[in-house]
Amino acid sequence: MDAARRQEYWRRNVRIMAVLLTIWALVSFGAGIIFVEQLNAVNFMGVPLGFWFAQQGSILTFLALIAVYVWRMDALDKEFGITEYEEEVHHS
Amino acid sequence: MNSVQLWTLVFVVITFGVYIYIAYASRVKDTAGFYIAGGGIPAPANGAAIAADWMSAASFISMAGIIALSTNGYAGSVYLMGWTGGYVLLAMLLAPYLRKFGKYTVPDFVGDRYSETARLIAVVAAIVVSFVYVAGQMAGVGVVFQRFLGVNTTLGVVIGMVIVFFYAVLGGMKGITWTQVAQYIVLIVAYLIPAVAISQQLTGIPLPQVGFGQIMDELNALQAEFGLAEYTSPFTQMNMLNMILMTATLMFGTAGLPHVIVRFYTARSVRAARFSALWALFFISLLYTTAPAVGAFSKYNILNQIPGTALDEVPAWFRSWQDVGLINVNDLNGNGVIDVAGGLGEGFELAINNDIVVLATPEIAGLPAPIIGLVAAGGLAAALSTASGLLLVISSSVANDVYFKRINPAATEARQLLVGRMAMGVAIVIAGYLGINPPGFVAQVVALAFGLGAASFFPILFLGIFWKKATAMGAAAGMAAGLISTLAYQIWTLPVYLGGEGIFGISAASFGAVGMLINFAVTIIVSQFTPKPTELMQKLVEDVRYPGRSELVAAHASGAIDDELLHGDHHPRDEHH
Repeated sequence: MDAARRQEYWRRNVRIMAVLLTIWALVSFGAGIIFVEQLNAVNFMGVPLGFWFAQQGSILTFLALIAVYVWRMDALDKEFGITEYEEEVHHS
Repeated sequence: MNSVQLWTLVFVVITFGVYIYIAYASRVKDTAGFYIAGGGIPAPANGAAIAADWMSAASFISMAGIIALSTNGYAGSVYLMGWTGGYVLLAMLLAPYLRKFGKYTVPDFVGDRYSETARLIAVVAAIVVSFVYVAGQMAGVGVVFQRFLGVNTTLGVVIGMVIVFFYAVLGGMKGITWTQVAQYIVLIVAYLIPAVAISQQLTGIPLPQVGFGQIMDELNALQAEFGLAEYTSPFTQMNMLNMILMTATLMFGTAGLPHVIVRFYTARSVRAARFSALWALFFISLLYTTAPAVGAFSKYNILNQIPGTALDEVPAWFRSWQDVGLINVNDLNGNGVIDVAGGLGEGFELAINNDIVVLATPEIAGLPAPIIGLVAAGGLAAALSTASGLLLVISSSVANDVYFKRINPAATEARQLLVGRMAMGVAIVIAGYLGINPPGFVAQVVALAFGLGAASFFPILFLGIFWKKATAMGAAAGMAAGLISTLAYQIWTLPVYLGGEGIFGISAASFGAVGMLINFAVTIIVSQFTPKPTELMQKLVEDVRYPGRSELVAAHASGAIDDELLHGDHHPRDEHH
């Protein structure tokens, strides 16, 4: 990869991370803690919604975020022609 | 020996036999195999191993009870979100890049990226955090043996030590990894069967994650009836500031713990490291979404069955755990009936140990003896798998980062392996001793290990990858500032030490997030005024950001680049150059 392509790859990698980490913070600190009282007014599957986010929803969201990350990074690698994974040399 | 003990013995013997067989089949002959399993573990297996490594005796035995009993529902969410949210940080910010860097240990990265001073601080932090943790695991092994088999705790710990010694010393990371895969299967099966059974029994829905919504209204009503705060109400046990800070501390601490990070070095490639993180969180979330349901079901059962019951009419499961001392009844008002009005815990009529929630679930659900035996085997699997991962960190820190890098760089492969095995052996003995004679502060310190991990490791690992101009002196200063401020605050505020009031009511366990911010600030400020990393180092950091082959990273990983070239003249000279 030349320098411009590398910069482009890194820029897009950082953008994917920024979007996903924003959702990460909104769901855990936002829905699970800061806005829990407002969300608790809504009932979801038998429990108050804020409480559900704190004990179930956040964990499921984290899982989805990593899945999307793995999927998007795979697509990005493919687009930039990175295929040599298994040949990587490993340390001394 | 009753039938429960017989079945427990059967399961323990079978599972231990499997672990030993796996260790024998995957014994290793070189340091790469010993430290990182040769970097050749497939992603799903690595994910299961990470999950077993991560979920300790505390996750398996205590967490559901902590949520339901000692934090009364909502406040327990800090553990659920904190101990899973850290994996998002690991997957996106650390794992792929550290894997690409391609070394054995966390101090290795710190030492290579920054300086020998920083490496030394990292080694000390890694060893202290790991010992604190492993003592808790060994104690957990002893407790399971004592409760289920009536064996004396010391003997239980010794049996655990012998088993771990056998497979960790023989198989190193390779043996540990494949054993952990087996241990994950044992612990998750043992956790899910009683959870599904009790959910089915109470709600008719076999999925605990869905079922617990069916009893929540009734549970809230029961709590109100006995004068307890509502189970789902926020901020009854912990205020919003502490909820946020403690969740952040656990998240960033998770991402900074050396025994978790090292697992990503065992992945086959950068891509496999990403997939390992995904598999790991998937396997972890099976237990972590079930635990709050188990907690709610147990609390519901306890509040439904026990209050108002005459002392001599309690259910059989209640009596048997009372005999072991995990349930304490004290008829304060002398009316011959257990009253819960006002509260649970010490100083009230009914005090229930957190561990009861998981340990007694099969009996409360009326499950047969084999299932109860399986839960014991699951608890042992959780404790042993975490202990072995921690012992490996201690052993590799001593043998690789101290002995090979500092004392005897000319050591042969065989010699390094021998030192690694000896370090592991000594570490097991010390861990066993601490497990049998736990210093009074261990329980406190385990919770605080996350604060120390967040305040010391996370910022400098993150900046080391994402900020090419982070300097050696900046990192050393930042790490020291984070560690010292967090430690000082913990000593200042913990009742066992000085018992000070703290600032803004921030609790000792929540301060790690603040220590982390201090570390970030100090690293960034000091980096402005200290010698920049060399061009070559900046180039290396940049190459680590892209997967795929890089001559520079490969040359560095194989040790072909001279330290002086990499670090420049400002770098303190290594003895071996």
